[in-house]
Amino acid sequence: MTGPTRGFLGRRRRDPRLPPGQYDAGRDWPVLTAEPTPRITPETWSISVDGHVEQPVSWTWDEAHQLPRSEYRGAIHCVTTWSKFDTWFAGVSVDTLLEAARPTADAQFVMATSKTGYTTNLPLEDVTGGKAWIVWEYDGGPLPIEHGGPVRMLVPHLYFWKSAKWISRLTLMARDQPGFWEQNGYHDRGDPWREQRYQGD
Amino acid sequence: MATVASVQRPIERAVALRLDVADRIDHLPGQHYVVRLTAPDGYTAQRSYSVASAPDDPQVELFVERLEDGEVSTYLADVVEPGDVLEVRGPIGGWFVWDGSTPALLVGGGTGVVPFVAMLRAARDLDRTDLLRIAVSTRTLAGLPYADELVAAGALVITTREPRGIRPAGRLTDADLIPLWEPGQTAYVCGSTSFAEAASQLLIGMGVPAPAVRIERFGPSG
Repeated sequence: MTGPTRGFLGRRRRDPRLPPGQYDAGRDWPVLTAEPTPRITPETWSISVDGHVEQPVSWTWDEAHQLPRSEYRGAIHCVTTWSKFDTWFAGVSVDTLLEAARPTADAQFVMATSKTGYTTNLPLEDVTGGKAWIVWEYDGGPLPIEHGGPVRMLVPHLYFWKSAKWISRLTLMARDQPGFWEQNGYHDRGDPWREQRYQGD
Repeated sequence: MATVASVQRPIERAVALRLDVADRIDHLPGQHYVVRLTAPDGYTAQRSYSVASAPDDPQVELFVERLEDGEVSTYLADVVEPGDVLEVRGPIGGWFVWDGSTPALLVGGGTGVVPFVAMLRAARDLDRTDLLRIAVSTRTLAGLPYADELVAAGALVITTREPRGIRPAGRLTDADLIPLWEPGQTAYVCGSTSFAEAASQLLIGMGVPAPAVRIERFGPSG
């Protein structure tokens, strides 16, 4: 713990919905991506679940839309310190995909991979039990490409780099492996309420 | 912790803080630091700022653009004085970095040039400025931080709101970038979201492979 910074009072209203060190971005939804925005059409998109599963499965755009629809309404939190309240996403629950692929008993972690090659790793328990989605709708319309459209991952209880844009693959793993930002100085899990921003937090 | 050694004002609405950082770990050019402020009631606010100095510089120079409603940047720009102690964390980020030994094309928009200033200074220390090609887009020359240093290093500077030499005001185009691109370069793009999107799509359109393009987009960083 460090003491107060000389002359700093903090101008923003304390909002109990905000995790520590976050601020409310209001209507803004900043775009932060480390690679060029890919051009992906729904016709060329698909999602696969593979690795430590009984049955590797993949779904096309149309097939994924036949799965039971699932929605998320609530906040999202970016490690760059903005949070956004009252978001509304729709797509399919990751639980639904995993039920089809059936993770084997030794599966403990998931690597999410994007069309661009971006990766992020998650404990299996962070993407099961209604905590994670594959989404193609935002606010009742198509998910914009700069926000990961046509389809992104959504894991809103973790910092948003875990919600891989342009998602195309979930690989079940027995052992944890670091993804893109996790190899580049960011925390392995990324819980905003524990302020797990960087390695060592 | 860091002690503020000096506060400089390279352009309007911005400060460069030169810091003596205790137990410092050398950064790679392109990395950033987090500055964390704590209010008397324990409330904290933190933001990331690009490092403009080279690793060999005994101090760390952070460039801070003052955003009107920015809680951290207004404090750093308006309140901080030499001798103040700041809580800092860094260096951070292992992706948008230059290793000092490979050819690179640096494409910056406005204050997005700051990590490239660190790369340029590091290249000078290593006597490898031949590895870097720099293109910069700015509204006006007066609004470009480190403009003299960039121009002296041979950077192509495009101004979008005022003419420059015989060239009328206008955007960066692929015709500007094609002469700077060579296969084998890594292309680094840094600037606002709209600049980064436009510049990276220019590069892709020129045939630069997407995996060779590394992007740092500015979110609001108040």
